[in-house]
Amino acid sequence: MSTDSLAGLTTPAGPAKRPFLEVKDLTVRFNTDDGVVKAVSGSSFAVERGKTLGIVGESGSGKSVTSLAVLGLHRTRSNATVSGEIWLDDKELVTASDEEVRKLRGGKMAMIFQDPLSAMHPYYTVGAQIVEAYRVHHKVSKKEARVRAIDMLARVGIPQPEKRFNEYGHQFSGGMRQRAMIAMALVNDPKLLIADEPTTALDVTVQAQILDLIRDLQQEFGSAVIMITHDLGVVAELADDVLVMYGGKVIERGPAADVFHEPQHPYTWGLLGSMPRLDRELRDRLTPVKGSPPSLINLPSGCAFHPRCPYAGRNGDRSFTETPELRGGVHAVACHLPAEDRQKIYEQEVAPNL
Amino acid sequence: MKGQESMTEAARGERENLLEISGLQMHFPITRGVFKRKVGAVRAVDGIDLTVAKGETVGLVGESGCGKSTTGRLMTRILEPTAGKVVFEGRDVSHVGNKGLRPLRRDVQMIFQDPYSSLNPRHTVGSIIAAPLQIQKIPTPKGVKAAVQDLLKLVGLNPEHYNRYPHEFSGGQRQRIGIARALALRPKLIVADEPVSALDVSIQAQVVNLLDDLQKEFDLTYVFIAHDLSVVRHISDRVAVMYLGKIVEIADRDQLYSNPRHPYTVALMSAVPTPDPARRNSAQRNRVLLTGDVPSPINPPSGCRFRTRCWKAQDICATEDPALTARLGDPASHQTACHFPVAEDEVVAGRRPASSNA
Amino acid sequence: MLSYLIRRIVNAVITLLVVTMVTFGIFFAVPTITGSDPALLYIGKTADPASLEGIRTKLGLDDPIPVQYGKFLKGLVAGRDYANGADVTHCDAPCLGYSFKTEQEVTPLLISDIPVTLSLAIGAAILWVLFGVATGVLSALKRGTFLDRAAMTGALAGVSLPIYFTGQLALLIFIHELGWLPDAAYTPFLEDPAGWFTGLILPWVTLAFLFAATYARLTRANMLETLGEDYIRTARSKGLPERTVIGKHGLRAVLTPLVTVFGLDFGTLLAGAILTEQVFNLRGLGYQALTAIRQNDLPVILGVTLIAAIFIVVINLIVDLLYSVIDPRVRLG
Repeated sequence: MSTDSLAGLTTPAGPAKRPFLEVKDLTVRFNTDDGVVKAVSGSSFAVERGKTLGIVGESGSGKSVTSLAVLGLHRTRSNATVSGEIWLDDKELVTASDEEVRKLRGGKMAMIFQDPLSAMHPYYTVGAQIVEAYRVHHKVSKKEARVRAIDMLARVGIPQPEKRFNEYGHQFSGGMRQRAMIAMALVNDPKLLIADEPTTALDVTVQAQILDLIRDLQQEFGSAVIMITHDLGVVAELADDVLVMYGGKVIERGPAADVFHEPQHPYTWGLLGSMPRLDRELRDRLTPVKGSPPSLINLPSGCAFHPRCPYAGRNGDRSFTETPELRGGVHAVACHLPAEDRQKIYEQEVAPNL
Repeated sequence: MKGQESMTEAARGERENLLEISGLQMHFPITRGVFKRKVGAVRAVDGIDLTVAKGETVGLVGESGCGKSTTGRLMTRILEPTAGKVVFEGRDVSHVGNKGLRPLRRDVQMIFQDPYSSLNPRHTVGSIIAAPLQIQKIPTPKGVKAAVQDLLKLVGLNPEHYNRYPHEFSGGQRQRIGIARALALRPKLIVADEPVSALDVSIQAQVVNLLDDLQKEFDLTYVFIAHDLSVVRHISDRVAVMYLGKIVEIADRDQLYSNPRHPYTVALMSAVPTPDPARRNSAQRNRVLLTGDVPSPINPPSGCRFRTRCWKAQDICATEDPALTARLGDPASHQTACHFPVAEDEVVAGRRPASSNA
Repeated sequence: MLSYLIRRIVNAVITLLVVTMVTFGIFFAVPTITGSDPALLYIGKTADPASLEGIRTKLGLDDPIPVQYGKFLKGLVAGRDYANGADVTHCDAPCLGYSFKTEQEVTPLLISDIPVTLSLAIGAAILWVLFGVATGVLSALKRGTFLDRAAMTGALAGVSLPIYFTGQLALLIFIHELGWLPDAAYTPFLEDPAGWFTGLILPWVTLAFLFAATYARLTRANMLETLGEDYIRTARSKGLPERTVIGKHGLRAVLTPLVTVFGLDFGTLLAGAILTEQVFNLRGLGYQALTAIRQNDLPVILGVTLIAAIFIVVINLIVDLLYSVIDPRVRLG
């Protein structure tokens, strides 16, 4: 589909050097009783080591499904079909065997989740869960693993790690719990860390601590990070590149500064306009996106965003019949509006209201 | 319009107070054993004073466990306070029983965070919205159905959908249904407890705008409880910041956001991520990172409750609970409960609390 | 943990005391109040008034009910003497009195029954837990497949078919028709382990079939729920092999509700699997109880009831302790 445009994002695409993580044309479908859920359709992106990719979108946009696909976690779901290519460090994962992917999972690539309380096993101590994570990938004694786990707990800023090692998830505060989850994810020195809404369940002061921690640890470990969130603020804080998803598709992709300062897609405009901001003058009214997110079973024809797009009528019937492709160089967008028109609309109608 | 219309102190002085709470306290007892021996109390709300004038929007912000939701439930008298007073339109309703609460139940409505669990899945939207009308025996000249359809139209839903069930609607639409139900009795005060935090960003804005419009149309008074400082700023005339069961700072919206006095308010505001990658570095430099966790409301710190996480704390903070009052020459409407309020030009960035006991 | 243990034990003792009071009340006080005479039951309708009076004195039936209860309790903990003048019979602790019918001491009579019931219950329990849980887990993992549907249909049959049907059928097929097994009978384990095993295998399987069905359904439902939990996703994202994910992280969470149900089932079974023992002609507590009820043999009924209560209370105590071992949230309040 649109893989050609991946080129500009990171390094020049060539047979010689592939980005550390490259996802090409990823498609994920779930067969359900109600029909086929088109969770992700043809999404492509890349992340280099030491860089952070932010994936933004609302619920049902396919951002979490994408990340679970990278980790191969849909393999245990019998109703899921995953196609496309996922290249991690020159190894293709979609066609790899279950066992190969399992060995990478938690080792070379790790993940942290939204709600650390439910993501931890209630019956095992925090320490035991970290030790377990370490020992799957390292043939070491329990004692050595314990030393490593306590070391990790200290690294993520948990006070009294020896004592906390023997406690259970429910005995931790929300922030400490997420720190422990991060310790568990980082225990095997992963080269790719996927964080799925890691701060959504946390208070804002705790969120600041956790984001700070992730930033520090990334610098220390030099991993590639994928930060999945609905919060544009969080993305702006961390991401080098941004992917905006809507209805299972990537609709805009580019360096963070470009996406925030010269957003191209009307949906991105809508997201920015919906958000009250502390760093701007007060606006009389927010400029929301009309309507509701689409059903992934019955995606709207043509451009999935057309029922909510104020400019859908400007392209004849193309928006209603033809799916726009992700086009452009470093900063790519999937929209039928001609680039000049978009530029004009953004400058005259959208930007003044942000 | 908020910007211009934000009520000045003078304007508010002319308006009558709709709701006055004073010394409000809610201690949930902790009991143990067969005999329910009381071994302590969760001091969820521990002595707060607040007045809400007719027509204004008061925002109540704070992090989880600060007592903001409990305060909302006390204002609507879903809970009965363990001490202090709730006065609505001049009538003390702190301890009135079910019968005495009836008029209050009409005049004060609540909107909840979770539009999924607050609507009965087995009732049609029509009957959910009609229920308050029927319970309060409100006359509906054109019939109940017409009244319900008017309400649906009002909140931007298709009036033809009155016989659908909640699960047939999206999250944002369900919150609209909750709002329609709250509006059915034409209340004077609406207490909205995190009404938009479960919604997607694009839907959040729709609901915030709807609340704005409804306020203008019906001269509603709002108490808007939320943890999201930017939404609170957008919608409120005045904002109170809560920490561990107390109000630590209260001021007119612009005053508070441009000139926060309490170190907690400063930390809270600086923690909000800035949606602008260009300012990423400056935002991080200016951020006050609090260490540790909020102490337990069962056994709050002596004196100022924020002192355990405050970089400005001194000995007096442990012994003397600072009063909520105007400080550093602030107008009377801007009150701060702090011995060492943050001055306008003070450099706070990057400071960490001296004692990092987490 | 220790205070939790002590609290639970004190609770258990109190429960047992209440149980003795209630059973004693029903079996001795009620006939007295309603006018039917335990002494008559003991000696038979044809007794002459003098010997009836003698019995009454000896059994202490003339005492006020609280005194009788006191003596009964004393008999339980210290033993007691039944005396009518010079005619003294000593009954060692724990004394449950004498059977009205056989005039044997009740305690040794019941104690000799316990191994039978215990063997039956333990054997069956091992079988049903193994098969039930395994079937449930497999069914959950292969949800919607032929295997799942077949297992669940089988389980439904197991739940719905009564033991006197499956038991008779098993007897008919395996003993009478095929002749693979000897008649079901109890041989003490220490005397002849092989005989003990072959004699009990059929009752075990029949009983286990009934219970395994319930456990398979329960395990399947709980496993399906657990597999949707976030911490299972976490376990997978750590790169754990699937069998560790299911066998360690999944199963441990599934065990909690199972342990509760198991405690109830096993406790009840120890009080005597009346139908099973009847069908297979095993002389256990259930068999004894049924005989005693038929013959209005009050002390035996009282004894069986008491033993049943003790079993259930003890098992529940064990379940509570197990619970706190499995789920730290219970232990840590």
